[in-house]
Formats: sequence, structure tokens, C-alpha cells
Amino acid sequence: MSLKKILFKFSLILIIFSVFTEKSFSLEPKDFVQSVVDQASSVLTKNFTKEQKIEKLKSIAREAVDIRGIGYYSLGAHRKALSDDKKKKYLDIFEKYFLKSFSSRLSEYTDPKIRVDSEKKLNEKYTMVSSTLLATEEKPEVKIDWRIVTKNPDKPLIIDVVIEGVSLAKVQKEEFNSIIQSNDGDINALIASLKEFINK
Amino acid sequence: MKKILIITMTVILLAISNVSAGTDGENSLSKKNPGQTKDCFEKVNRGIFVFNQALDGAVFEPLAKGYRKLPVPIRSGTSNVITNLTNLITVPNNLLQGEFKKAGQNTLRFAVNTTLGILGIFDPASGLGFDELEKEDYGQTLASWGVGEGCYLVLPVLGPTTARDAIGMLGGTMGGGDPWYNVTVKNDTQYFTDFDYYASRATTGIDFRAKNIESFENLEKNSMDFYSSVKSLYLQDRKQKISNSKKVIDAMDDSDWEEIETN
Repeated sequence: MSLKKILFKFSLILIIFSVFTEKSFSLEPKDFVQSVVDQASSVLTKNFTKEQKIEKLKSIAREAVDIRGIGYYSLGAHRKALSDDKKKKYLDIFEKYFLKSFSSRLSEYTDPKIRVDSEKKLNEKYTMVSSTLLATEEKPEVKIDWRIVTKNPDKPLIIDVVIEGVSLAKVQKEEFNSIIQSNDGDINALIASLKEFINK
Repeated sequence: MKKILIITMTVILLAISNVSAGTDGENSLSKKNPGQTKDCFEKVNRGIFVFNQALDGAVFEPLAKGYRKLPVPIRSGTSNVITNLTNLITVPNNLLQGEFKKAGQNTLRFAVNTTLGILGIFDPASGLGFDELEKEDYGQTLASWGVGEGCYLVLPVLGPTTARDAIGMLGGTMGGGDPWYNVTVKNDTQYFTDFDYYASRATTGIDFRAKNIESFENLEKNSMDFYSSVKSLYLQDRKQKISNSKKVIDAMDDSDWEEIETN
């Protein structure tokens, strides 16, 4: 076999291998949401104490949620005025705030049954995954949509949860904006409120 | 109740006059405003919000908790009766929005559930293939005609609204657009009294509150500014209802997601 043929075959194998590996590692947003929902559901249904549940939910969130992205989004236009130092300080506190708020909200639920229905790619950066929180005897079904960041297809991340058309990230953004506005645009007031929330 | 209505009307009139005074001659109620809803009376709104929270803690929440102790069939029957009554507002609004097919389906639902369903306690219409459709009101109709939402308002007892939605609600009711109000309060019929109307309205509020006890507690516990969270929830929910879309992404404003640094 000539050197040319060997090189050709070798490069062909490399191409096939790279395509295959890329395919095998990239995760469809719909499957990603299903996997996160299953993990959370398994924590909520098991016989853990509330504190154990909160710790486990926090570790799921660290892996599956774009906390930094939500932190930036929640600042709205105010993020443009931040120095690098302030940005770092804010993001550190925001992460603690987010994990506490997120796990506290979720830990109240017991055995939520969520069915992942479909996905729609909005652009290269975002895909919306639609799901349904199934009805119980007490409550009607609830539509839950998940905004997934797909900038890195190998590691999709949740950046927003939209419940019956209400974006939780937007609610948070407007709450943060209200705190900053009512303190003459001072972001330190928001940081102080976040600290207060973490410590309460 | 009349006092509350007078206070409500005064607040709305103030909201409208403020919208006119605060613009350069162009009333924001006359056009769609894609930007953020103005909170023209934030201090007053926050004051009423605190009053409503106290009222909720003293009256509505305990009533809702008591209501939750009733057996499920009684609660679902009550909820069905209230939902059936909302068709009386939805149908004229379907017509005003040009949704004739939906008006027909909702009329059939109302007729079947009021008769076969014994005053709406049961929902045989769904079993016959007439699925429940989204509710419509006069605020949504005004929005579909291109009327902007105006200022955000918090009304005593009634809670969050906008100038447009409040005008829709009160104008529609007082102007004869609510058949249930007409047969109970407006006209002196021998079959119904004012009490029937106000009792049905109060039950609607308690039923809604009972279905959302945990959600409200959870939101309040995890909010740093509860007033602002409720306002955002209300305004987003209205936007979704006005869009009449089952798909969330159709009503979504994606512009503020564009510049976020992610991952």
C-alpha cells in the first residue's frame, strides 16, 4: 500500500472518528431537560431530610444551570456600568443567592411528574424545551418551558424556566431592577439585599 | 361594596389623567406600548398592596385554608360553577374579537354544562368534545383592538391590574356587558339578588387563593421585593393571555436575551 493511500485511509478514519465522537457527546436539549428533571425528581421522592434535599438540589443546579448567565441577565442594563471587581463580587454573591432561592423553592415539592414534550431551536444560542407538569387530583396541569443555552452543544445549560408564560428570570430581573431603582441606581443596595437574603 | 367601587373608579380616573398629563399630548392608552408598563403611582400602589396583604392574611388566606378542607368533589364542583359563569363574559368578548367559532363553542359549553351539568357543577361538555377554551375579558378585547395598557395599578381588594384592564372590567360590568351582573345586581329580577353576584365573586377569589396557597407562600418567602415580583407575574401573565397563544415562545420578547454572556 502506497504512503498516499495509507495517509488517505488514516485521515478518513480520523474524520469518521471526530464526527462520531462529536455526535456521541453532544446532548439534545430535550434529553438534557429530561435527565435534569429525572435527577431532581429522584431527590424529591427519596426519603431525605429537607437539608439533604436542599444540598442535593444545589449540586444538580451547579451542573445544569447557567447561574452566571442568569446573574448577568437579572442585572439588565445595569450590568454595563459595572467594573470588573464589582462584577466578580456581584456574581459570587448572586450564585449563593440563586442556589438558596432555587433549592428552597424546589424542596417544597414532592414527587412532581413532568413530561418533556418537544423542543424548538430559537437560534444558535438558545433552544426552548416544552414540558408539562401533569395534573393531580388537586391541581390542573401546568405548562413549563425551559430556555436552554446551546452555545456549547456538549454542555447545554438551563438559563430560564417559564411557567404558564411567566419567565422566572424576568420576574427576578424586574425585582432586582426595582431594588436598584429605588436606591438611586446604586448596585450596592442590591448586593446588600442579596447578602441579607443569604443570611436569613 | 359600593365604596370600594367608588375608590376603584377614582384611582382609575387618576391613572388615566396621569397618563395624559405625563405624555406630550399623546395618550399611551391609545396605542400599543411594547416597553415596560409604567408604575405611575408606585407609592400609592405599594400602600394598597400592603393593605391587600393584611386583608389577605386576616380574611382570604384563612378562608382559602378552610375551603381547602372541603372534600375534593365539592371544591371541583364549585370551581366548575365559577368557570361556567365566566363563559358569560368570554362569549361577548369572543364576538368582539371576531372569534365566532370560539363564541359558538363557548355558548354550547355553557348551554350543555348549565343544563346537563346541573348549573355548571359538572362538565359534560368536555366529554362531548367541546373542550374548555381560554377565558376572555373586556381588558383583553381592548388590547386586541390596539389599546395600550396604561399605568400599572393595585386596586383595594381586587389586586393588580392596569388602567386598560380596570376600564375593561368596570366598563364591561357597569355598561351591561356582564349578563350575570345584569340579572343579579343591575336588574331587579325575582330569581337572583345582589348577594348572588357578590357571593360568586368572593368564591372566585377564595377558589383562586386556595389553588395557589403554596405558590404565594413560596414566592413571598423567596422574594426580596414581593411587590415587584407580583407586578412582574401579573403583567407577564396578562401578556400571555392577550396573545391567546398556547405556545409560550409566540408571546415571548426575546430581545433582552440577546446580549447575555453565557456559559
